[in-house]
Amino acid sequence: MDKGITLLNVAGFTVGDTLLELSYLVSALLFVVGLKMLSHPETARRGNLWAFGGMALAMLTTILLHKDGEGKGISLTNIWIILAAIGVGAAIGWMVARRVKMTAMPQLVSLFNATGGGASMLVALLEYPAAAAGDVGSIIVTVLGLIIGSIAFSGSLIAFGKLDGRVGDIMKPFMTYINLVLMVLTFGLGAYIVASPNPPTEMGWAIYALFGLSLVYGVMFVMPIGGADMPVVISLLNSFTGIAAAMAGFIYNNQAMILGGILVGAAGMILTLLMCKAMNRSLINVIIGSFGGGVSAAGGEQGTIKEITLSDAAVLLSYSQRIVIIPGYGLAVAQAQHITQELEELLEGKDVDVKYAIHPVAGRMPGHMNVLLAEADVPYEKLVEMDDINPDMPNVDVAIVVGANDVVNPAAYNDPGSPIYGMPIIDAHLAKNIIIMKRGMGKGYAGIENELFFNDKTRMLFGDAKNSIQKLVTEIKTM
Amino acid sequence: MEQILQYFFEYKEAIFIIALSIFLGIEVISNVPAVLHTPLMSGANAISGVIIIGGIILVGHADLSGFSLELVLGILALIFGTLNVVGGFAVTDRMLEMFKKKKK
Repeated sequence: MDKGITLLNVAGFTVGDTLLELSYLVSALLFVVGLKMLSHPETARRGNLWAFGGMALAMLTTILLHKDGEGKGISLTNIWIILAAIGVGAAIGWMVARRVKMTAMPQLVSLFNATGGGASMLVALLEYPAAAAGDVGSIIVTVLGLIIGSIAFSGSLIAFGKLDGRVGDIMKPFMTYINLVLMVLTFGLGAYIVASPNPPTEMGWAIYALFGLSLVYGVMFVMPIGGADMPVVISLLNSFTGIAAAMAGFIYNNQAMILGGILVGAAGMILTLLMCKAMNRSLINVIIGSFGGGVSAAGGEQGTIKEITLSDAAVLLSYSQRIVIIPGYGLAVAQAQHITQELEELLEGKDVDVKYAIHPVAGRMPGHMNVLLAEADVPYEKLVEMDDINPDMPNVDVAIVVGANDVVNPAAYNDPGSPIYGMPIIDAHLAKNIIIMKRGMGKGYAGIENELFFNDKTRMLFGDAKNSIQKLVTEIKTM
Repeated sequence: MEQILQYFFEYKEAIFIIALSIFLGIEVISNVPAVLHTPLMSGANAISGVIIIGGIILVGHADLSGFSLELVLGILALIFGTLNVVGGFAVTDRMLEMFKKKKK
């Protein structure tokens, strides 16, 4: 472990140290370029490789060139242990990443995020004794790294559990207060550790208490957050992991870690705010989770639900010119992406123009629908973003809503009392005909009625989405 | 007040890096198309696995003369970090591969 850690780098010049720092500079640049390339479709895959290259370089040079405070390099025995640990992690990571089903992607992203947060948390915990011997700055970053890393770790594990269906939502009004108290306690204890006049060696209990408290807070923080808010939470936790890694970077005065971490932290925060904007809600509002509970029974006149038979639906679709499919989380649950693609292909064979309208928060993580449909070989030119498809909706013959609800609820426009009022939606109600595929008359996550279901142009097709579309495909084929 | 200024002076390089990295992060991913939200997030997630360097330093200079909790936790941190890095980049690559083959 590093002795006398300090944020100031005052070591003398040696070739090895300089090469190491140089490699960190190259790594940091590769992270930036990689991330930049990741945000353009044509270069994304290469960008990912470049960033990986940066990481591999930093790992290699650290193993070969890193020296502790006394100028000793890493000994061979330690190198073997490091390589063994990396080997284990790499083998598991690779296998899981290659084997997991695309529908399980939100869980997997959360799980990997948890491991990153967990690593930051452990590093901060182990470095505390050394950091405490340094200046206040080292103590601050170590404490922050521990808090944020632990929250990211336990929070992501809960998010994983929820997405995997192992952990249910627990939403009680009093939880808001518990969380507030926990947050104050956590940061209060952190501040106490930083400001305490006690010698750091006597603060061992406090650091473990802080560790435990942060883990509990992470659990309680994600627990009340409901399914439809998951895209926000996942990207927020992602941002936390980056910040935690940056804090650890300060402990080691390692610029590659600092830059990489802050970069991810900032990018994650942008994505988080983008998701919030797509729901017309503030970040605070999502975190406090005031959604879902205590919704007023808005919309008295509901009208009647009209069902459609498979053969009628088949005829309607076959003789349309323009069809827009609006997928939601239900598509992922039913694993209906492949059969939906088959339906699309079948209809295109009949000269029907088929597009997909993608709401930014459809599904459980940012871009969830895009990943699912890409897996089913849907060309991504066919996936149209909300703002681009909406002006066209009045010209659409049939809008097929597959497992989506709140993202097509017109209450967002015309019911100021609705919890989703003001949220941008896909204008399915403007299409000439609307077919809604749904398992039953259950409400969406927001727990509110959807007046689209009672629209005169709407026909319901009840049943499991995969099953319904399968039958629809058969029906169209036999026509 | 003077103390705050003194902190700023002592950590000015770090503060510069933070400020510029935040700006860079925002700049780099602004205007990202929705189709890339998931790969971008999972790629960024893999980059946050840079914490692995901390794990390497910890285990690299760990005292091996006897069993210690620190060594065990350090190894665990390394395994966690590698899972994040390798798993993250691998799964991002897999997603992007799917996106790509559709372009033909």
